[in-house]
Amino acid sequence: MVFAESLTGLWYGFEVALQPHNLWWSFVGVLIGNLIGVLPGLGALTAISMLLPITYTMHPVPAILMLAGIFYGSMYGGAIGAILLNLPSHPPHAVTCLDGFPMTKAGKAGTALGITMISSFFAASFGIVVMLFASPLLVSVAFKFGAAEMFSIMLLGLLAGATMSRGSPLKGVAMTLFGLVVGIVGTDVNSGVDRFTFGLMELSDRVELVALALGVFGVADFLANVNHMHAISSAKTAVRLRDMRPSKAELKQAFAPMVRGTLVGTLFGAMPGTGPTVATFVAYALERKVSRTPERFGQGALEGVASPEAASHSKTQVDFIPTMSLGIPGDAIMALILGALLIQGVQPGPQLLTEHPDIFWGLIASFWIGNALLMVMNVPMIGVWVRLLQVPYRYLFPSAILFIAVGVYSTRNSFFDVGEVVLLGIVGAILIALEFPVAPILLGYVLGPPVEENFRRALLLSRGDMTVFLRHPISAAFIAICAALVLAQAYFGVRRALRKRELGGRLSEV
Amino acid sequence: MRNPMARLPKDFFGGALMVLIGVATVVGGARYSIGSLNRMGPGFFPVAVGALLALVGLAIVGAAWLERAPPVAKIWSLRRAEWRGWFCIVGSMVAFIVLGRHAGFVPAASAAVFISALGDRDNTVKSAVLLTILMLAICVVVFWWALQMPIPLFRWG
Repeated sequence: MVFAESLTGLWYGFEVALQPHNLWWSFVGVLIGNLIGVLPGLGALTAISMLLPITYTMHPVPAILMLAGIFYGSMYGGAIGAILLNLPSHPPHAVTCLDGFPMTKAGKAGTALGITMISSFFAASFGIVVMLFASPLLVSVAFKFGAAEMFSIMLLGLLAGATMSRGSPLKGVAMTLFGLVVGIVGTDVNSGVDRFTFGLMELSDRVELVALALGVFGVADFLANVNHMHAISSAKTAVRLRDMRPSKAELKQAFAPMVRGTLVGTLFGAMPGTGPTVATFVAYALERKVSRTPERFGQGALEGVASPEAASHSKTQVDFIPTMSLGIPGDAIMALILGALLIQGVQPGPQLLTEHPDIFWGLIASFWIGNALLMVMNVPMIGVWVRLLQVPYRYLFPSAILFIAVGVYSTRNSFFDVGEVVLLGIVGAILIALEFPVAPILLGYVLGPPVEENFRRALLLSRGDMTVFLRHPISAAFIAICAALVLAQAYFGVRRALRKRELGGRLSEV
Repeated sequence: MRNPMARLPKDFFGGALMVLIGVATVVGGARYSIGSLNRMGPGFFPVAVGALLALVGLAIVGAAWLERAPPVAKIWSLRRAEWRGWFCIVGSMVAFIVLGRHAGFVPAASAAVFISALGDRDNTVKSAVLLTILMLAICVVVFWWALQMPIPLFRWG
């Protein structure tokens, strides 16, 4: 039953996505995403938040198609920089550098890029199929969710997002809580009281999403990197078109790693809060473990390129499942896309499928179209990308600052919001200097209001009885996973700290 | 080390900052009505989140103490302060706000690119001017002409 429903849905989705207007914006999205992904030092987060203001005046369908296109388009772009110039400017592609760059040095850049594109497309297609069939199933379960279940699953999403990314889990939790605090600013929907607005009219409408995103991911980054990003040696990377078609033997060699990487990415995509970086590292490690010749890794092994790239792309697609069907974003990028939907007046969640089938199915179909466009586009454009890679940072960041200023201004035609960006940028730079991960701030900010809302409603219905979260079985299961996560992190954290202490003690004796 | 603060590990400062923000949130949140679990007021959630943040801040300090993290001076001596870059980036955006309010889009956008470009030591005045002209042309076409942003190119007062 669900199977047939998904297929008719997909058919309808293609009808939506192939409308010239929607197709055009999807194309614009992947093109801009690809371009910005190639540029050193700018990531998908900056790209999406810079273009978010433009979508405010658009119809929701093309708006979301374009934003999603930027996301996966930038993934393609990031791989190009990693392979050709050893640029790990986009964390998920850091692993690709390990074997991609040695291949370039050995004159096999074309093969590496070709295999990357094939595995990306394969993995994305698999991820789309998973989304196609898993989302309606998840939606039918999610309809049974009440306030208690919603609160518990959001809590799990926040905790996972905070603890499973890179760096210290404690600091991730701190940043998530900080994001929740930022999310409190504004008028409380239940009582109409202005909270933490300091008497400023502009703040009663919450801190602007675009201002927060561009502050902590744009301006803060520039403040941290100015005069530290140095010119990359412009390696001679003339990639010819016919080099990009891998031979039959190479295809055969890359096939199994590609499938394994795809499965790893899908698995990690199903877990909320795990960033794409973790998935690519696991995929690479797995490949090295199953290989009969692990010593080739790091010297230009094709498997070391195919598998992580496949993992990052299948994860990218699967990530959309909880965002669209539950309204719970898995990471900062999904939080931004969720925020964009909310601004459009579209509430993501189980009702999205019935209320806005055009968005849901159109998005899925556009994934396929967008990925195909990227494949076709990247082949002739590769020369342009290579040249773009060499744009120095000293031209890049002033231009980006102008786009940020104009973009934030245009969201509400307000200079106050530009001031917000400056302030949040400085705060973000301080946090980066203190080695805090900034991505969870966005997650906390976006999930803050629904978390509070569901917490209040659940306790209102239970008349203040806290055990309501444990008495509902689904909610209890989520709480149990949360508890397990916290306990495991605490155990490993203390053990790691003690080991470091021992190491430090021994070092000082020497 | 003359400054006694420099002997503390980096996470002492990070943790302390979190405690500070958490306590401030609790104090600020307590000004609104807290209510009961049954019927929560607007102050309940801020107080709860602020208290948690302060606790996590304390835990960060505790973890740094437990693992005997290296003092902050050792790490920060590796990275130079970039006062010129920081000043120019913040200044360029402030200039954008002030000039945008009083002089229009063209002066505001030019100032934003030109001042921030000077923040990079490798940029010369000449390269900054060229970049400014290029970006200004792109922005006028994209935002003013194509997207019809409601802001005059020039204005007084």
